[in-house]
Formats: sequence, C-alpha cells, structure tokens
Amino acid sequence: MSSHVLPDTEVLARYEAVIGLEVHVQLATRSKIYCACPTSFGDPPNTNVCPVCLGLPGALPVLNRAAVEMAMKAAMALNCRIRPVSRLARKNYFYPDLPKGYQISQYDEPLAEHGYIEVTSGGSRRRIGITRIHLEDDAGKSLHEGFSDSSRYTYVDLNRSGTPLIEIVSEPDIRTSEEAYEYLTALKQVLQYIGVSTCDMEKGHLRCDANVSVRPRGETKFGTKAEVKNLNSFRFLKQALDYEISRQVSLIESGEEVIQETRLYDPDTGETVGMRSKEHAHDYRYFPEPDLLPLTISDEWRERVRAEMPELPAQKRARFIETYGLREYDAQVLTATRELSEYFERVAEVSGDARAAANWVMGDLAAALNAEGKEISESPVSAEQLGELVALISKGEISGKMAKDIFQKMLATGESARAIVEREGLRQISDTGELEALINQVLEQHPRQVEQYRSGKTQVLGYLVGQVMKASRGQANPAAVNKLLRAKLG
Amino acid sequence: MTLALEIPKLTIGSIREGLLKRRFSATELTREALRFAEAENPKTNAYLHFCPERALSAARSVDEKLARGEDPGLLAGVPVAVKDVIVTKGVRTTAASKMLADYIPPYDATAVECLDAAGAVILGKTNCDEFAMGSSNENSAFGPVRNPVDPERVPGGSSGGSAAAVAQGTAVVSLGSDTGGSVRQPASFCGVVGLTPTYGRVSRYGLIAFASSLDHIGVVARNVSDTATLLQVIAGRDERDSTSAAVPVPDYMAALNGGVRGMKIGLPREYFKDPDSETSKLVLDGVEVLKRLGCEVREISMPHTEYAVAAYYIICTAEASSNLARYDGVRYTFRSRDSETLADMYRNTRGEGFGAECKRRIMLGTYVLSAGYYDAYYLKAQKVRTLIARDFTEAFREVDALIAPVSPFPAFKLGEKLDDPMQMYLSDIYTITASLAGVPCMSVPCGVTSGGLPVGMQILTRHFDEAGMLRLAYAFERNRA
Ligand SMILES: [Zn+2]
Repeated sequence: MSSHVLPDTEVLARYEAVIGLEVHVQLATRSKIYCACPTSFGDPPNTNVCPVCLGLPGALPVLNRAAVEMAMKAAMALNCRIRPVSRLARKNYFYPDLPKGYQISQYDEPLAEHGYIEVTSGGSRRRIGITRIHLEDDAGKSLHEGFSDSSRYTYVDLNRSGTPLIEIVSEPDIRTSEEAYEYLTALKQVLQYIGVSTCDMEKGHLRCDANVSVRPRGETKFGTKAEVKNLNSFRFLKQALDYEISRQVSLIESGEEVIQETRLYDPDTGETVGMRSKEHAHDYRYFPEPDLLPLTISDEWRERVRAEMPELPAQKRARFIETYGLREYDAQVLTATRELSEYFERVAEVSGDARAAANWVMGDLAAALNAEGKEISESPVSAEQLGELVALISKGEISGKMAKDIFQKMLATGESARAIVEREGLRQISDTGELEALINQVLEQHPRQVEQYRSGKTQVLGYLVGQVMKASRGQANPAAVNKLLRAKLG
Repeated sequence: MTLALEIPKLTIGSIREGLLKRRFSATELTREALRFAEAENPKTNAYLHFCPERALSAARSVDEKLARGEDPGLLAGVPVAVKDVIVTKGVRTTAASKMLADYIPPYDATAVECLDAAGAVILGKTNCDEFAMGSSNENSAFGPVRNPVDPERVPGGSSGGSAAAVAQGTAVVSLGSDTGGSVRQPASFCGVVGLTPTYGRVSRYGLIAFASSLDHIGVVARNVSDTATLLQVIAGRDERDSTSAAVPVPDYMAALNGGVRGMKIGLPREYFKDPDSETSKLVLDGVEVLKRLGCEVREISMPHTEYAVAAYYIICTAEASSNLARYDGVRYTFRSRDSETLADMYRNTRGEGFGAECKRRIMLGTYVLSAGYYDAYYLKAQKVRTLIARDFTEAFREVDALIAPVSPFPAFKLGEKLDDPMQMYLSDIYTITASLAGVPCMSVPCGVTSGGLPVGMQILTRHFDEAGMLRLAYAFERNRA
C-alpha cells in the first residue's frame, strides 16, 4: 500500500468523519467467566487453567453470575436497556490461543442495548449512543518471542483464556478524533467508578477498535467504512483516527474509492495498514450456545444489582455543586476518579469546610502528588489528616501560611497536623490579651509610624501588622491583629 | 458353578448377593471378569482398551468397605464398560478417533465419578463410531465392532461396543451415549436393554460433545432392573452442567413393581408405515402383551415425524462442526507432521486425524451455519424441532407412553450400508424424534426375527418420567412369552 499525500486542513474541513467504537473491557471478577479459575495477572504460563478454560474434550461452561452482574452494572451506568432474556452464542474461528475453536459470546440477543453516554467535547456536551453491550470470554495469549526456539515455534499461554469481557459497541455518533478520545475517557471513568474494571490499557483491560468512514459535510449517507484495529492507548486512538480520516479524504479527493477492509494501526509509523483480506475474511457462523441456558435476568435480580450501584460521575458532580457549593469546574476535577471524589468528600467531612477542602485537594495536595508522580490512592497524607489540617485553619488555630509549612512536614513525615503544631508550638495567637501585649510592644518601638498613622497616612497600618506578626514569629492571627491595631490607633 | 462360568450371566443383584455372602471378593470377580473380557474381546472388538489397574483399585476399595462392614454402594463390584466418548481420569479416551488416539484425560466425567462412588468397577473403554457419529459402529478409527449374535453383522451404533460387551457378557452393564438413537439402536440390534434418559437427567460433564443439545449419556444392561439401578446411580443435577435439571430423582428400582393396568399407550401411526415388516410385527406382538396386562392402547398421530431426519442432521452437524473445532493439532490431539504454515497444520491435522464421516458432518454443519444459509437451514430446523417437541406434548396429553420400533430393520451386514450415508441417516427415523424432543426412551428386547436377529421395542414417556417407562418395560420383560 503506497503512502498517501495527506490533505491539508482546508480540504479536511470540507469532510466529516463518522466513527463508531468497539471497546472490549476486562471485568474485574476474581474468577473466569465459565469456570472457577482465578483471573490473576502475571502468574507462570498455563497455571490458572482447568478442563473448561483449556477446552478439554467433555468440559462444559458454567456462567459466572458475578460477571453477569458487572455487565449489568455497566449497562445501567451506560443507560442501556437490559434484556430480560439474552443468549450466549458461539463465535467460531480457528486460532492457536482459542482452545475451544470458538468464543462464547453473544450475538443477536445481547445482554443490553439502546444506551448512551454524555461526553464533553469542544466545550459542548453530546450524547453518544451505545448500540449494545455483550458478554464474552477472552482467548489466551500467543507468545511469539522470548524462547530460545522462538524462531521456529509459537508458545501458547492459556491463563487469560476465559477471562470475562464485555464488548461495548457505540453508535456511529462520533465525529472527530477528539470526540472519540472524550468518549473513551468518559467510558473509562464510568466503568472505573462502578468498579467493574480497572480499565488498565497497558494490561489490555481496555481494548479499542474503530469503524471509520468519511463523507462530505452535509451528506447524510454514510461512506464506506474501514475497521481500524489495535488502538490500545488513548494517544494511539487519536493518532490512528486522524491518520485514517486523512487517508480516506485523500483517496476520495484523488478520485479513488475507500474499500471496506480491516486495517491495523502501527504505532511506530503512525499509519494504518490494510490487512491481507484472508486474515479477516471471517464468517463466524454464530449460533446459540447449546451448553448454556438462555440468560434470564428477573426484575428482582436487576433491581438488586441496581441497588448496589454506586453514584455515577455525573450524579456526583451535580451533588458536589449542590451540596458543597463548588464551582462546575472544581466539581468536574474532583469527580475525575472515584478515589479522588471519595478523598475529597472525606476531607470535606472531617474539616467541615468543603470549599477549603476543595482548594487544598486541588491545590497543594495535587501539586505534591504530581511532583511525585503519585495517584491519590498513594497519597502520603490521608484524607483524615488533611481534613484535620483544614479544620485547624478554619477554627483559626493556625494561619494559612503556617498550614502550608505544616502540610510540607506532613508530606515528609506522615505525621498528623496536630502533632506537628503541638511539638513545634505552632499555634496561632488569637487571644486578645496576648495580642495586645505584642501590639503595645510594637507601638512603643515604632512611635514614628504611630505618628504617621494618626496624621492620616493610614497605609502604614500594614507595616505595623507585619511587625506584630514578626514579633509573634508568625503565629499571631493577622485578622485579629489588624482589628486590634485599628482600635488602638483609633 | 465356578466364578469364570458365571461371568457372562452376572447381574447387579447376583453380584451383590455373592459379595455379601462372601462367595467371592470384588477383587476375585474383577480379575476373573478382566480375564474373560480380554479373552472374548477379539470376537467382537467391543472394547478398545482395558484399565486393569483402575479396575482392581476400585475392587480393592469395595472389598475394604465390605471388610469394615460399610455399605459398598449400589454397584459394588459390578464390572462396567464405559463408551470411549466419556472421559476417564488417567485412562486413555479416544472417541474412537485417530485424533485422540493418545489422549489421557486429567479428569473423570461426572457419570464416571458416580460409578466410582457407587463401587462400580470400570473394566475398560468401549468402541464406538468416531465421535459417536454413525449407526453401525463401522466408523471407528480402531476397526468395527461385530455383533455377538452374528459376527457378520454390525452391532448398531454409535454405542456398538457398549451394547456388544453387555450382550457378549464381557460387562454386566455399560454406559453409552445417545445423540440420535446411539444407545437404543445398538441395544435393539444386540438384544439387550438400552435406555436414554430425559435431556438434563444425567450430567453431560465429561461426555465428549458431538451435538450438545442432543447428546445424552445412556445405559445398557441385560435386564430392566439393572438398567434402573445404573440410571439411579448416574441421574441427578450437576452444577458443572448448566443444562442438567434440578428435578428430584425418584427411586427407580422401587418404581419397577408398580402395576401398568390402566396405563394409556399410544401407537404413532407414522412409526408403523410398514406394518408387515418383521420388525413391526414383533413390536405389535409386544403391544399385545401390554394389552393383556391391562394397558389401554390407541393409535395416535405425530404429524411432523417425516421432517425429523432432515432437521436432526442439520442441527447435529451444525453443533458438531463447532464442537469438533477444538481438535486442531495445537494441544492434546494428534498433530500432522511437517506442515509449513499454521493453516497447513490445521488442514493436515484435521484432514488426517478425522475419519470420513466426521469430515462429512463437519462440512455439512459448517455449511448450514454459514452466512446466507443459516436461516434456510439451521433456523428452519430449529422450528421443525419445536414442532416435533409439540407432537410429543400433544401425544402425552392423551397417553402415558408411546410404543414404536427402534429401527426399521434388524442388524445388517458389515459394509452393507457403508457406501450410502443417506440410507444410513434415514434408518435413524424412529429414534431421532425423541432425541429432538428430549424425552426419555428405551429399547427392550421383544423377540427375534426368523433369521434369529434380535428386535427391540421402543418405549417413550413424558419428560422425567423414566420411572413410568421402566415400570412398563419391567412388566413387559416379565410377562412376554
Ligand atoms: Zn478454568
């Protein structure tokens, strides 16, 4: 396939892309979807296996209810309609790491359909339709490298065989690579929130393929689509889509036709390459899986699972704005992950000052974690500890400036704020008697500034406040000092 | 009488008595039974291989239980043969295919676990049509089985070895599998009792799949009482088989002695299209016996019967094409040597590893599931299946049991129908309707032809009414002339 001269932005602007994503998500169950083997990652090859996931003669699948419940939660979070009766179906094809010669997936009666997710793209919110969500088992892994005889043999590790997946298929509602990026981000956020997947792309827990076509703006018919595979990072997704859109536009511009095919994204070149037609000319010969009964989900089961659903990001965002009076942007940031939102809420609860809690979490804490490259779950300062620090400020026991120093010490030592305050005698002086003594001392030492103030140069007040603060070694409550000084100089 | 002479005539009951009266130990019996079976086997090729170590270890544990005064189980010391499509831990299980010629399973089928728990002694694995595909046992990669009644004739299939071993006396009872008649037809050809329970009554876990929605584990015995006992041992819900039913298992042996007076019997006219054939006459003579016992007999109609063969061969081949995909040369199977590419390895392995009938069915099944053909074949066949099941539902509104022939003809000669697969498929006409409907059914010997060939009478009852079926069979067995 020859390289294409990619069109310039002016030409591209005359076209519109139509994109649908197929996302495979590994469910976070402890055991596999059709047997009791563990789903743990990184064990020696072919150790987490049994007759069922090895595809031994005579073995039969048994559907893991935990996997079904996770898929139900994903369906609910994505506003899908869950079928009261769905069906498992065999998807037949030969591959060395597919031990049964078929996947047990779902076909014309998937678990859930007709959903949507809201994404923010280019400043506006849009609904992207979800066509369907279905359950299936993962294949094993072919190991082409790393053995002394890898030049001649491929080895197969079946530990992953039978790991539960859901496939989430979107409607062709996505129009730009940015929107695809936002869609995948929103999907990942929701799925992590409800705890059905870690969505760790590096471990292959989230895998993405795209159907891409282009059409002149204003056209309502779809163009011929290409399926682009191997979009297994957020960066690749955007790059691959941008490349593919440009490629298709330049074909059309040069009077050629887009052919329907499967293309593989090559992260090294940033291009998509057509796969030889033989490799994807699959007729999967789906038919209902005779070894499993139809999957019946009663109202009762569905409602029980619904009752276990945690708050979703959008709901939480709205609640943060409503309950804590946060700004839209702050609420957005603080609900980015479930862990962060829960951390913030705990700080807000312990401190009793949600706004201050938000500022600390998004400010000093975020900066400290960023500097260390740490996740919120790895924070050296617990939410309770940060809450206590914020409470000390709110109650006026320490100043904001003192708090910043104390916070640095907390980060370094893991000690509590109160322990540091007490050890170092760092409490804020708000007691009027104590402050008056300090003020009297400063006024005596600065008769000239007192004179100036009284003659109308009130701007020297700041200097005097500073002197009082200095005399208190920073511990005086600046607001109280200010008030007392004014009264004295009156 | 010495133990050796008794072997071919033993029953579950006589073994139990012998053990309890200390006439012989389970170990002695097993040694003798193995010796007899190994000596007799060349006459029929019923067994593919024996498992003396496993057998003797099972026998020892029965003897130990007896010595401790414990209950040794319903099948204590009973020599059992197991069709080689049912997996046995540590004992080669080949499905009579070159593909699995050296395959040693790491686990036992649930039915085999049940046998073990009941004190049964598995002597070995029996020959069959490759992956249970066939009606004559001529499709075995390890040679055909000969009918003990007449070695020039087939024993029927696919469970030909299981039926022949029981008929020959080299096993007291055996496990077979029935997808479209594979237990009933060989039982009929060999003159023994063969029972296929309701779909879901016996776990399929460990039964090498041919057509999952039609596969049943069935039992073969020399009399109805032993049939009931063996069914008792293997029936019940199994968490490892999602299609097994959580229906309580009644006491089948106790059910044998209930009367059959007043029982309503239906004769489906579609099964007696050739009333003058010797087979039809023998079956109708059997019906006279039931009438004498007080059964009410009436003719009924099962109007969709004529579509059964077509529907069956579409569904079973479709499922088979998928079930047999795992035999690809990558893991435990035979692998063709010296293939250049992965695709070649698949092609050569499957080309050399499967016999002609398997390949025929894989191709048929692949075809009927293909894009553009699915609706015309597979989907339509499923609709026919529903109609056939409805025929049974309707019939069982009127009657308690159906009586029919098992096969249109008795055992035929080896090679006679080998070149005409279509003729072979059509001969399954009377057995596959029950398979499609999932109702219980059995073959009970009802006489011999003028040429001395056994003929079986088929009894069919409602889903999960194995007790009623066995009761009828038992009454018939005791009262036939
Ligand atoms: Zn497993």
